[in-house]
Amino acid sequence: MKKTIMAVAIGAVALTAPNMQAMASEDLNFDAYRQMLADGNPAELFEMEGEELWRTARGPKNATLEQCDLGVGAGVVDGAAAQLPRFFADTGKVQDLESRLMHCMETLQGIPSAEIINGKFRQGERGKLASLVAYVVTHSNGKKVQVDLSHPKMKEMYDMGEKVFYYRTGAMDFSCASCHSQDGKRIRATQLPNITTSKGAAEGWGSWPAYRVSNSQFWTMQHRLWDCFRQQRTAEPVFASDVTIALSVFMAGKGNGYEAVWPGVKR
Amino acid sequence: MANPMRIRAAAKDGVTEVRVLMSHVMETGQRKDSSGAVIPAHFITELTAKHNDKVVLSAQFGPSVSTNPYLAFKFNGGAKGDKVVVSWVDNKGDSRTDEVQVA
Amino acid sequence: MKKTLMFAPLALCASVSLAADLDAKVAEMMKTSFKANGIASIERQVQDEVQKACSSPTQPDAATMKRLEEAQMATIQWPANGDYTGGDWKEGAKIAISGRGLTWTDPTPDNNGGGCYNCHAMDPKEVSAGTIGPSLVGYGKLRGNSEPMVKYTWGKLWNSKAYNACSDMPRNGFGKILTETQIRHVMAYLFDPESPVNK
Repeated sequence: MKKTIMAVAIGAVALTAPNMQAMASEDLNFDAYRQMLADGNPAELFEMEGEELWRTARGPKNATLEQCDLGVGAGVVDGAAAQLPRFFADTGKVQDLESRLMHCMETLQGIPSAEIINGKFRQGERGKLASLVAYVVTHSNGKKVQVDLSHPKMKEMYDMGEKVFYYRTGAMDFSCASCHSQDGKRIRATQLPNITTSKGAAEGWGSWPAYRVSNSQFWTMQHRLWDCFRQQRTAEPVFASDVTIALSVFMAGKGNGYEAVWPGVKR
Repeated sequence: MANPMRIRAAAKDGVTEVRVLMSHVMETGQRKDSSGAVIPAHFITELTAKHNDKVVLSAQFGPSVSTNPYLAFKFNGGAKGDKVVVSWVDNKGDSRTDEVQVA
Repeated sequence: MKKTLMFAPLALCASVSLAADLDAKVAEMMKTSFKANGIASIERQVQDEVQKACSSPTQPDAATMKRLEEAQMATIQWPANGDYTGGDWKEGAKIAISGRGLTWTDPTPDNNGGGCYNCHAMDPKEVSAGTIGPSLVGYGKLRGNSEPMVKYTWGKLWNSKAYNACSDMPRNGFGKILTETQIRHVMAYLFDPESPVNK
């Protein structure tokens, strides 16, 4: 009984700002904090909702997503996220998990993609899509990222993603590389993966989507990239647009062979 | 209606470990929205856990507990197939009860 | 033999044009994949000379760097009568701490922060300082306030690319991120002996 109350107290205290700073002043290392959270990652709440959504008949066509082919066969969720993005012959496009789910929602359920593309993160159908992402990635947790770059369109997306990574633009001249091309660097107290290395690319790719403790939100990779561009001071990237797919192929391809920790948990 | 909890319970050597993840905003009543209006307090006040029909944990929660709270505890006894039931009530009178079988 | 020699330049040509093709495709994608939102206009997706030259893992050759730096140097607005004073380090601290401004969620393009702490250590008591840029702890105390030092600092704050065309640092004055008055405050934060940076 006493132990229980202690556990609650620790959970509560660690989440208040002054104590986060106290932890930061020790070693600016949030690993211990992350470990503490890993057991009860609230992303599981989204995963539960996503699983329900996968199996529930919805949309104008009143269908489930159980016939959705994420690249490893209709309805197969196990290991699906680890091999995405990939080239899909039926759409003739390279798709990431989010754009593929959006395609399934449109073709199987009749939910128009425009509703998601023009929507807002964490709201409406785009919010539901995020829960589906939580469900699908959980079934690739601990698996090695295995993205097949052999198709010419995948290769082209990878090359374009790499170019975008170094592409400086916007009000502050930033590219992705401005923050993510050296080992051991930080913005404020936030550690930055060096995405020019395979290990760093895997760290970035393989730890999002994630639950963010600081704002109690579940963020997909599309959401993560969108906010990177916001902080880069560019115009707003369109949901599931080519630039987001290209960067995803670049990161996933570079991180091939490394284990994914999905869904992640961030401060 | 409140969203479901995720509960896991596992028995080992006569002790059952229960892990509960709750879905709740846990709004303190101290925060303001972007227009400056106070966001009303909304948080879990009481939580009860039962093993079969016996209360094994009763706890008071408050606004200092984080959004989507996580709670882990152990109790003596419990065996595979037993029922663990967790319930909470919040300050708006909303409540939620979920149950799980001990693994 | 002759045939082989003929082939080599052709192959080279093909790969060069493929690379140029890819660059054009990327530049196009950087426009079509984005949309304007609030103050973040689509013009932000068009690179200027410096951004274009510094968009690869390797920086341009020395002559190009020099040419770019000279052009950027010419954009710097120096204070009237060479007077760099008048700033308040306390205001400078606020500007250095704030990383806000110029995103599509900001209502106006004014009142921006400098975001200095995102990348630089300044006040040694601030533990949550970034490490992308060099530490500026003890800036004025270590470097003194000679005329060339003060002038360099103003210039670097106004347009960092005048000193290193591919610097990671934003062009605060040139890019209208900070006003001249704000730059004076940041100068005071860096040089004033009373500033915590120099304590």
